[in-house]
Amino acid sequence: MQRIINFILSYRNAFLYCFLMVIALVMTIRSHSYHQSKFFNSSKWISGNVYGTAANISSYFGLREENARLVAENEELRKLLFNQNEQISANPLDSTVLDFEVISADIIKNSIASPRNYLTINKGAQDGIATDMGVITTKGILGIVENTSSKFATVQSVLNTKSNINAKIKNSDYFGSLTWDVNDYNVVQLVDIPRLVPLVVGDTIVTGAMSSIFPENIPIGVIKKYDLDTSRSFYHIDVELFNDMSNIKNVYLIINKNKEEIQELEAITEDE
Amino acid sequence: MNSALILNGLRFVLLVLTQVLIFNTLNFLGFVNPLVYVIFFYWYPLKSNRAVFMLTAFFLGFMIDIFSDTLALHTIASLTVAYIRPVIMRFCFGVNYEFQNFSFKNTTQIQRLTFLGLLVLIHQLVYFSFEVLSVSHFLLILKKVFATGIVTLIICALFSSLFSPQSE
Repeated sequence: MQRIINFILSYRNAFLYCFLMVIALVMTIRSHSYHQSKFFNSSKWISGNVYGTAANISSYFGLREENARLVAENEELRKLLFNQNEQISANPLDSTVLDFEVISADIIKNSIASPRNYLTINKGAQDGIATDMGVITTKGILGIVENTSSKFATVQSVLNTKSNINAKIKNSDYFGSLTWDVNDYNVVQLVDIPRLVPLVVGDTIVTGAMSSIFPENIPIGVIKKYDLDTSRSFYHIDVELFNDMSNIKNVYLIINKNKEEIQELEAITEDE
Repeated sequence: MNSALILNGLRFVLLVLTQVLIFNTLNFLGFVNPLVYVIFFYWYPLKSNRAVFMLTAFFLGFMIDIFSDTLALHTIASLTVAYIRPVIMRFCFGVNYEFQNFSFKNTTQIQRLTFLGLLVLIHQLVYFSFEVLSVSHFLLILKKVFATGIVTLIICALFSSLFSPQSE
């Protein structure tokens, strides 16, 4: 017994190292294989407030460009509105007839250099944000909400190896999945498009109708180059994003009001 | 003793803030984000309780993980550096460092630079291996380790000469 105790005492640092290492490894493996940790992420009080304060200060430096960007978007939306042929329903603000609702938020933390990138935004459960809401910018899609705290939320970026978003080629119904191969932060990959689809470099890729997170036809990017995958039956397409992922400030969160109904129906169908 | 505790606590907080607010958003060449907080392990008192040191390292890595949503990657890297540090010190400073009156003052510039370089190298190697966690991306790991490692080393060397501690 004395010897065992002596042995443990003489190697106590190695034991401590192994113990702490096991804790860290378990956390790493869990976050690699499944969702981001619910308890430790940047939406929490301390990190959220530090990032919020820093973003408050630094946001003053980009106000002019941000303003120009928003005015350009308004211009585009006005054009759409004036050229709309059919009359919008009698009361356009009647929220019961709308399928989607939009909440705006600011990015307070962004990352693009890691294989699993997350963003943090300055709105949380208090403002009606919940897990699995779609996040877009004026130019295109950005990601999906992963965790929320009361005042902040983390967003899984499309630049994340765990991200898997339904996408299709514009003006057709051929759909595939959007993934990322970590090489370039402006280029994502579209896979599972069958070989018979006619493709042209420069074609626009938009979100598909298959997901209950994003509405259909939100722009993603354009085809940069494409080739066949190893099985020679599907395309492997490089998509250049419309968004400059390193420079985003204002985002919109999309709430799909029919989501629960869709998911319920799908769950029932799968059970049978 | 008390002043050393305050000094290290202050360093801890300032390094976490510097890392997450400045260096994590650097994106030099699109992917280089130097991990400068590794200089904490260079500055930490040479003669200290190893258990306390490892727990501090664990906590430092953990804080940075929470801020950058890379749960437990920085923790693994810092913990490993903290555990290996005595070995690196023996390698760089020879048996000298075990003497009672050993301090940074009686080491050469080259020795200190090697010490810092090895700390940075091991930290980066562990961090990026676990970040990518795939043998097929070996070249990507090497590219990241070398590009980020060199930038980190330069910035840490500048930091260490700018804020050279008087008391150690």
